[in-house]
Amino acid sequence: MRGKRNLIVLFVALLAGLIAPLATGASSAGFWVEVLLGGLMAGVLYSLVALGFVLIFKASGVFNFAQGAMVLFAALSVARMAEKMPLWAAMLLAVVIMVALAFVIERLVLRPLVNQDPVVLLMATLGVTYFLDGFGQTVWGSDIYEIELGIAKEPVMILGNLFDGGILINKDDVAATAAAALLVILLALFFQKTKTGRALRAVADDHLAAQSIGIPLNSIWVIVWSLAGVVALVAGVIWGAKLGVQFSISQVALKALPVVILGGFTSIPGAIIGGLIIGVGEKMAEVFLGPVMVKAFDLAGGGIENWFAYVLALLFLLVLPEGLFGEKHIDRV
Amino acid sequence: MKLAKKMKILAASVGTVATVAAVMASGPVQAQAKEQFFPSLTYRTGAYAPNGVPFGNGYVDYFKLVNARDGGIGGVKITFEECETGYATDRGVECYERLKGKGPTGATLFQPLSTGITFALTDKVFKDKIPLVTAGYGRADSVDGTVFKWNFPLGGTYWDAADILIQHIGKKEGGLDKLKGKKIALVYHDSPYGKEPIPLLQERSKMHGYELLLLPVTHPGVEQKATWLQIRQQRPDYVFLWGWGVMNSTSIKEAVASGYPREKMYGVWWSGAEPDVTPAGDGAKGYNALVFLAPAGQGQVHKDMIKYVYDKGQGSGKAEDVGEVLYNRGMVSAMMAVEGVKRAQFKYGKKPLTGEQVRWGLENLAIDAAAIKKIGFEGFMNPVGTTCVDHEGAHTGSVQAWDGKKWHITAGPYESDLQIIKPLIRASAAKYAAEKHVPVRDCAKDASS
Repeated sequence: MRGKRNLIVLFVALLAGLIAPLATGASSAGFWVEVLLGGLMAGVLYSLVALGFVLIFKASGVFNFAQGAMVLFAALSVARMAEKMPLWAAMLLAVVIMVALAFVIERLVLRPLVNQDPVVLLMATLGVTYFLDGFGQTVWGSDIYEIELGIAKEPVMILGNLFDGGILINKDDVAATAAAALLVILLALFFQKTKTGRALRAVADDHLAAQSIGIPLNSIWVIVWSLAGVVALVAGVIWGAKLGVQFSISQVALKALPVVILGGFTSIPGAIIGGLIIGVGEKMAEVFLGPVMVKAFDLAGGGIENWFAYVLALLFLLVLPEGLFGEKHIDRV
Repeated sequence: MKLAKKMKILAASVGTVATVAAVMASGPVQAQAKEQFFPSLTYRTGAYAPNGVPFGNGYVDYFKLVNARDGGIGGVKITFEECETGYATDRGVECYERLKGKGPTGATLFQPLSTGITFALTDKVFKDKIPLVTAGYGRADSVDGTVFKWNFPLGGTYWDAADILIQHIGKKEGGLDKLKGKKIALVYHDSPYGKEPIPLLQERSKMHGYELLLLPVTHPGVEQKATWLQIRQQRPDYVFLWGWGVMNSTSIKEAVASGYPREKMYGVWWSGAEPDVTPAGDGAKGYNALVFLAPAGQGQVHKDMIKYVYDKGQGSGKAEDVGEVLYNRGMVSAMMAVEGVKRAQFKYGKKPLTGEQVRWGLENLAIDAAAIKKIGFEGFMNPVGTTCVDHEGAHTGSVQAWDGKKWHITAGPYESDLQIIKPLIRASAAKYAAEKHVPVRDCAKDASS
């Protein structure tokens, strides 16, 4: 009861913060909508990376710290191979590489560590992160590489008759959002409608019960790591086309951490809604809250975008320790 | 008899071991005796690798060239060792500690290519007596040699850069008085590097009446949507870009995405290389950036580089990258280090020198036009002359623009206004001296030491 009340208070406070720039006249309606849209689009991309974390955590209970490194590795593979072949061929080949990587990780890292503590598996994925970061740059190089999707970079103005000055949006942002949304729908269908998807959910619910009815755990791990690899590939191509393929995109992928904290480690809808909340929250905070804080407290200034995402996630943790949609954890004492 | 024989064998063995040990011990000493060791702090991996790699290649390639073409510095061979910092301050300090004692006379000097690492090492070099050369970066107040005895921000500081940019846009507007009421946004890397020009820009803002918008971008700089939304809202007349690595290309891409004219964007000299503009493709056309010592292009030294280093398969990168902006800047940084040693050899002799001896050379640099021509750098740098008071030695910069394929010098050279900068330097250096209890040198007495 108290938890629900706290949650309502938190949502009301966030909503008040969201509309404060409009209510106080600090922003025009058009600009406010533009910031909101920018946040939502960034949020969809965070969701995409967070999905990779959630997939693996659901199926194996492993928090895959290497998801960001997988995004970088996949994007580097596509970008460098696309220099020698058409983009579609490079992407197909990259899928094969990511599946092969899933096999290698399952065989060399996960299988020897079966039944170990989750923290051991977390440390193992930390090792995979460093290996992939270094190996990827050794094989493919550490320059900035391009992925050209053929979408115009110039912005377009919409709703000019509704808002003064119109709303500026980018075609590549819209395309990225559409691609991410499509992937989310496909994954949801896969989990709900296919035999393999149901097996994955069964393993997620109870390893031992799933094994007892003949679901092979090792194959399931390979499948789920392959899926996470494909999600990483899509995220890497979208981020890479937007920012250029370079080491930094592995760090952008870590933005998915507050997303999964907020949304819950085991929930696909949680990853999506968490991504949107983080995306909108950080952009609104950077644009509207940052300058106010600097003036009010006479601060030295500095970007608040990065840490604000974690503050937001922590606020949710205080009220909902399992995240918005995470499974309730009950211990008998 | 048996015992005597054993004793003889023992004595012979001891003698042999002693002789071998003596030879082994003296061998390296003799070999080391003709070597001058230069540590090379680089970043070939990580977020800043696209900029760190060409700079690092130019830096070590120049040492290879001096060895191959000139037989070293005054007959003393150059040795070097790279240490990967990843542009991280902690790793930079670790590299410094690891390399400072290497070579027969210890590290000649350090060039960390990071303002953050420079801040961390500034306190250390006082104790270790090793020069810290920061050509075009580092602490702007370290120009003052009376306080910063071991720092050498050769060729330019961020206060010079900011000052030159204001002079340039003032000229474009028809006079500095025309800047009144204008808005200038500083999009900066949220680090000691990015914050360095702020005091000068604030000082100039008070003088000319323009509004300064400070827009920090957090490391590594790929998240700039919010920053450019603010630029779209505030509509500044000019944007100054103080970025590094992938932040630069992201800024230009975001400028395209938010419709901000690239012609009104001006980058510092670390935001004006090929890796900064090429990822944005045609969108980067019209973007401007400063140049201080080494623009892109090729001259005599590049011909030598190809002949003596690359044709022999000794190059660190690809031959076609020789002559790029950051490659040239790495080469110029190494050249100034070599010239500092050469200068010190006049005083201390043609032998491996300690950091303390090289410091004297750096403080008495006199790279004039004739010297520049002699070493093959004609057209790639301006004269640099340091003194006990002025550890910078040159205060000039030009503006270049990107045409989609190449950089072109479009304005300058400008001389930064020392009437404005000097009081800032003196105040900041005095504050440092008071906080750290650093004795202030009297250059009239101390210049030769």
